[in-house]
Amino acid sequence: MIEMSEEDTTYQVPIGPIHPALKEPFMINFKLDGETIVDADPHPGMNHRGIEFMGMHRNPLKVIPLSERICGICSIVHQHMYTTAVEHAAGIEPTNRARYIRTIMCELERVHSHVLWAGVAAHEIGFDTHLHFTWKIREKVMDLLEYISGNRVNYSMWTVGGVRRDIPESMHPKIEETLTYYEELYQKLEDIFLGDPSIRLRTKNIGILTKKEALELCGVGPTVRASGVKKDVRIDQPYAAYGDLDLDYVIPSRYGYENTGDVFSKTLVRLKEVVQSIGLIRQCVDQMPDEDIDSEPKKAVLLNKLKKAEGEGIGRIEAPRGEAIHYARLKEGVEELDCWKIRASTYNNLTTYAPMFMGEQIADIPIIAACIDPCIGCMDRAEIVDVSTGKSKSYSHDELHKLSVEKTKKLLEGSL
Amino acid sequence: MKLTKTFDKALWVFHLNSGSCNACDIEIVAAITPRYDAERFGIKLVGSPRHADVLLFTGPVTKKMKERVLRVYEQTPDPKVVMVVGNCGSTTGVFYDSYAVEGPIDTLLPDDAHILYVNGCPTRPENIINGVKEAWLYLEKLRGDDK
Ligand code: SF4
Repeated sequence: MIEMSEEDTTYQVPIGPIHPALKEPFMINFKLDGETIVDADPHPGMNHRGIEFMGMHRNPLKVIPLSERICGICSIVHQHMYTTAVEHAAGIEPTNRARYIRTIMCELERVHSHVLWAGVAAHEIGFDTHLHFTWKIREKVMDLLEYISGNRVNYSMWTVGGVRRDIPESMHPKIEETLTYYEELYQKLEDIFLGDPSIRLRTKNIGILTKKEALELCGVGPTVRASGVKKDVRIDQPYAAYGDLDLDYVIPSRYGYENTGDVFSKTLVRLKEVVQSIGLIRQCVDQMPDEDIDSEPKKAVLLNKLKKAEGEGIGRIEAPRGEAIHYARLKEGVEELDCWKIRASTYNNLTTYAPMFMGEQIADIPIIAACIDPCIGCMDRAEIVDVSTGKSKSYSHDELHKLSVEKTKKLLEGSL
Repeated sequence: MKLTKTFDKALWVFHLNSGSCNACDIEIVAAITPRYDAERFGIKLVGSPRHADVLLFTGPVTKKMKERVLRVYEQTPDPKVVMVVGNCGSTTGVFYDSYAVEGPIDTLLPDDAHILYVNGCPTRPENIINGVKEAWLYLEKLRGDDK
């Protein structure tokens, strides 16, 4: 909690927990000196649904649909970690073909998540046309995901020991078509988000996270890669089929930019990862071995096996937002999970808010809050309490958004 | 209560998340972007419950959100329709046996609340648009023979 003293002339701005656009309920307490932010204090827990508790009261296969409902945008990520943790605990190996299918799905999800993020970021700084543009092109990968899995979000593709749906050869042309679509549009995305002078004004040197801070605060994913930290589970500890694929860390210096760790470099890293994902999906499609997709198609037999198993397992993944981990423990003779623990990427990245917000302006709150791509993030209701007079003023999301848009306009007028 | 003519074709919607998994919320946003473009029917997402005719509600209502959800419901001016999007909002869905869930929402709202349900886990954007249309017809009915 932020302490307040009598002589203190700073403002306190609690922001959240209800947000009109998207995202989950969340709250951040800001301390302001005039227009400048001097402290930020996140309060998670509004969205606590007791998932781990529920998981420990169901059999391991019933937990799969629950695990993907931890977060709808990262549904594949959580399914993957959960099933690999259980496989690890019970000593079950997924088939090789299943590994490749899992990799393709993970990368498709990364494309949809990063494109979605780009739209949200554009919206936060007042470019709604770009929001609509990015969400329009995102529909193409949603179509492909639906074509492969049967649903737009929450796919239920995974099972312990493999996957439930195959990607046969007949699906390859459609995959290729989608990948080409993104390749053709990619230059336009880069022109908008990296080339546009007004967007550069709002993202360059804003929300800086230095390499030292990134390492000290244990941030993960694109948030710290933008500061030049080489950290990517896909390379450090390959899972699924990543061991067979050719990939490298996406950090700005690889593309001739500086590793500044500001909003601009975070955008750059995410956009470059879209290209990387396209390449990885191509490699997977080419190399996919001909095998069964599930090592144990009889679910009753599998459940019995899991009931007899004893052990602990860990599932790690590089989610679109960074590294995340599931831990699971099975006990012999007990059908339910004995223990299940989840650590998602946003939890690590929340701590990086403090140095990024420090010294920035109120109008920059929306874009900095969005730049770690939080699975939570609320700007609906902000109340400002003037400590010296005790008066209070409320900022709604709209007002904050307006402030942000006005700043863009002012910058544009100044630069013309 | 009778409604004025201004209700025709211009429903303003406030989106309220009470602890959902985000999937339905993403589909709600997808419903207003170019592919589905619900705004062509005059449907608009607004930033404050005080401007809204329809509350788009998702999530099973977590303990911490319960009080806030009820406050938002009270802040929305009458006549209003609550549109529950997704199975976890209408029945708590996969979260049925949790200690942290207080919902579903229909057990918390006053008895005279007008509630519509849109099913699916997650629901599809087409279904959401259909739901808003139903809400519109519902409000029309409340307008009665004023025409
Ligand atoms: S209905 Fe299902 S998909 Fe929609 S928010 Fe609830 S759990 Fe998520």
